[in-house]
Amino acid sequence: MYKYDEIDQTLVDERVAQYRDQTRRYLAGELSEDEFRPLRLQNGLYIQRQAPMLRIAVPYGMLSSKQLHKLGDIASKYDKGYGHFSTRQNLQLNWPKLEDVPEILAELATVEMHAIQTSGNCIRNITTDQFAGVAPDEMVDPRAMAEIMRQWSTFHPEFALLPRKFKIAVSGTRDDRAVVQMHDIGMEFYKDSANKLAIKVWVGGGLGRTPILGTVIEEHLEWQHALTYCEAIIRVYNLHGRRDNSYKARIKILVKALGIEEFKRQVEAEWSHLKDAPNTIPEGELERVSKYFEAMPYETLPTHDAGFDAAIASNPAFAAWVKRSVHAHKIAGYRAVTLSLKPHGTAPGDASSEQMHVVADLADQYSFGELRVSHEQNLILADIKLSDLFAVWEKARANGLATPNIGLLTDIICCPGGDFCSLANAKSIPIATAIQMQFDNLDYLHDIGDIELNISGCMNACGHHHVGHIGILGVDKDGSEWYQVSIGGSQGNDASLGSVIGPSFSAEEMPSVVQKLIDVYIQERTPEERFIDTVRRLGVAPFKAHVYADKSTAKAGVAA
Amino acid sequence: MSNLITLNNGVASISENEWTVVKLPASQVEERKQAGKVVLFRLTGEKTVSAEQIANTEIPSTGKVIVPLSVFIARKAELQDRMTSNEIGVWVDTHEILEDLVASVSDLNSLPIIAVHVERFADGRIFSLGTLLRSRYGFKNELRAIGDVLRDQLYFFKRSGFTSYLIRADRSATEALASLNDFTNPYQGAVDEPRPVFKRYNRIA
Ligand code: HEM
Ligand code: SF4
Repeated sequence: MYKYDEIDQTLVDERVAQYRDQTRRYLAGELSEDEFRPLRLQNGLYIQRQAPMLRIAVPYGMLSSKQLHKLGDIASKYDKGYGHFSTRQNLQLNWPKLEDVPEILAELATVEMHAIQTSGNCIRNITTDQFAGVAPDEMVDPRAMAEIMRQWSTFHPEFALLPRKFKIAVSGTRDDRAVVQMHDIGMEFYKDSANKLAIKVWVGGGLGRTPILGTVIEEHLEWQHALTYCEAIIRVYNLHGRRDNSYKARIKILVKALGIEEFKRQVEAEWSHLKDAPNTIPEGELERVSKYFEAMPYETLPTHDAGFDAAIASNPAFAAWVKRSVHAHKIAGYRAVTLSLKPHGTAPGDASSEQMHVVADLADQYSFGELRVSHEQNLILADIKLSDLFAVWEKARANGLATPNIGLLTDIICCPGGDFCSLANAKSIPIATAIQMQFDNLDYLHDIGDIELNISGCMNACGHHHVGHIGILGVDKDGSEWYQVSIGGSQGNDASLGSVIGPSFSAEEMPSVVQKLIDVYIQERTPEERFIDTVRRLGVAPFKAHVYADKSTAKAGVAA
Repeated sequence: MSNLITLNNGVASISENEWTVVKLPASQVEERKQAGKVVLFRLTGEKTVSAEQIANTEIPSTGKVIVPLSVFIARKAELQDRMTSNEIGVWVDTHEILEDLVASVSDLNSLPIIAVHVERFADGRIFSLGTLLRSRYGFKNELRAIGDVLRDQLYFFKRSGFTSYLIRADRSATEALASLNDFTNPYQGAVDEPRPVFKRYNRIA
């Protein structure tokens, strides 16, 4: 993975000094609350219900074992001994002290990490596919370009204070796992007919209060123009995006208001001045950065491993885990592994300091010392030998990291919600854990099969509820907490937004509502169908009919 | 003590402020918000300037003055002589259209100074405006940031082509000076240094 040189290191060190001084000025009363806010936000520091919350950048989800050890140490030294991996591949600390943040940043800088632009109205951490570089369906490994874009976006002076936050995702696979259509800018890298690296550019996607999937603004952009083309898009947005109403300030609203044709015209007018400007990427720079992402020193291995096959045959628990948590790899004899941060009954995405150290050790021992964070809030070891899988499983299992529920109903994406977030309408973590307990039967979970359940505590949609096969949204009704349910959302190439099934429910009703949705699916499915397929075939009606059949439930509900 | 920081050949210092910023008088009529036209989203409360306000703007009869764009456009004839003696500059608000400024003079560089007024710290349009004035419209003279100008914007102002900064009256310009040098080696090309890091250094993997 990418390693800092002196230039990168100096910049991050200078950032620590800058932020240390900003914090000092705030604590000394030289900066007002209002003036400090944008400064701390640019640095990932929110002030939340319990305490400040610090979001640490994990650029495009890549971590070294050394970095993860450091995160584990920081979580126990400055927090309550755990951290929360987020849907944007970052790590959040829920209980740091404001005064400690400069020190935390200084510690992070020693392992080439920071919290730059992890929140605030600026270009955020760039995200990508958690299987980048190892996925068999990959056309282009997007990580070198993601790193080049990370550098370009860091303290970009023109875009330091945008109307609203700005998220960029990149991908290079046929099967989009980076949800590029859900981002302010999505870049899909591919090889064109001349075998040259090119980009399909999407713009104006985003969830939140007004969920909109992105639109293609450019089918074929030559890779070297990635930065200047983004500059053209973001300049149009910076100048014309709304600043009067933060709910209407995302680029998606501007693109919708102007229409993609007019928006594109304005972007191209800007780009005609920026094209071939010095920020155009030279071949040599892509080559230089790509060196950091070259293939690992893989061994030549047979496609099969007798020990592995025997373990599968004799150990059903191991076999169940392999079925869900082990993924294809482009090198024979290797696999990628997802370590589940969704054991039943705990907050999705949370990892304790001890677990972080265990995962870091596993990475060192079995996976070239690297790992990734997925936007589904799990951790990935990308390069495990078939013959090592059993050992990895045993160690992961002993540490609560091997719940074989990846891609299943209890692999829930969930925002921090009312327990931690001051914007919440309702709690979300207790709903997730209640559903996990309701479905705490692995055979049954495997029988239900692939399904995505996403929960957000308010319409800001941090938990991506719009694109969950089942989406749950916390709503406020006369000061009490209710939940609105939608079905039929999905991410990936065939992304779609879910439809609300009807009036909302109380927290206690939620496990049984999900149960009823599943019951309809089990009854109606054809042998090939996943939950989402059945919903698409039958529509919302039969699900709705069953969920609301019992009128006593419906009476308790409220129109949301 | 002056609250003006100027940058001369990369060296920043506190300087005497020779320029007076001319403000528009408060409007008498109830202003309507400029919603509707999608191409020109405006901050809530960003007011249209009325003909009456323009007429009532008091321009000091001597000395160096920076006048609002709307006044400059409407009353250029009466400023003509003073323009020749380099006494007239123009300021624009972040929601105003640079093309209007460019169209109002035959040569932008006949203006000794352009100022951009930023009402709120968080309004980052000012950085795009500075960038465009320098790189698109070739403005070479003094470019000044005025309004809610605080030390933590300075580094970005410098990189976006601003060469002077009128620090908000309740803050110390002397203390703010340090922030111009928060970072030694930026990654991306911008106005002050167009070459990105990969064109300045031979970075070896
Ligand atoms: C507890 C503190 C948090 C606060 C105050 C917060 C606030 C917000 C707000 C206001 C939005 C809507 C922005 C908009 O649409 O303009 C948003 C969206 C989002 N947040 Fe959070 N968030 C928090 C935590 C998280 C966490 C923990 C995650 C990851 C698990 C996350 C991931 C996201 C994502 C993915 C979106 C949707 C992006 C989009 O609309 O495209 N947030 N957040
Ligand atoms: S979705 Fe709402 S409740 Fe959940 S973290 Fe985001 S802002 Fe908070």
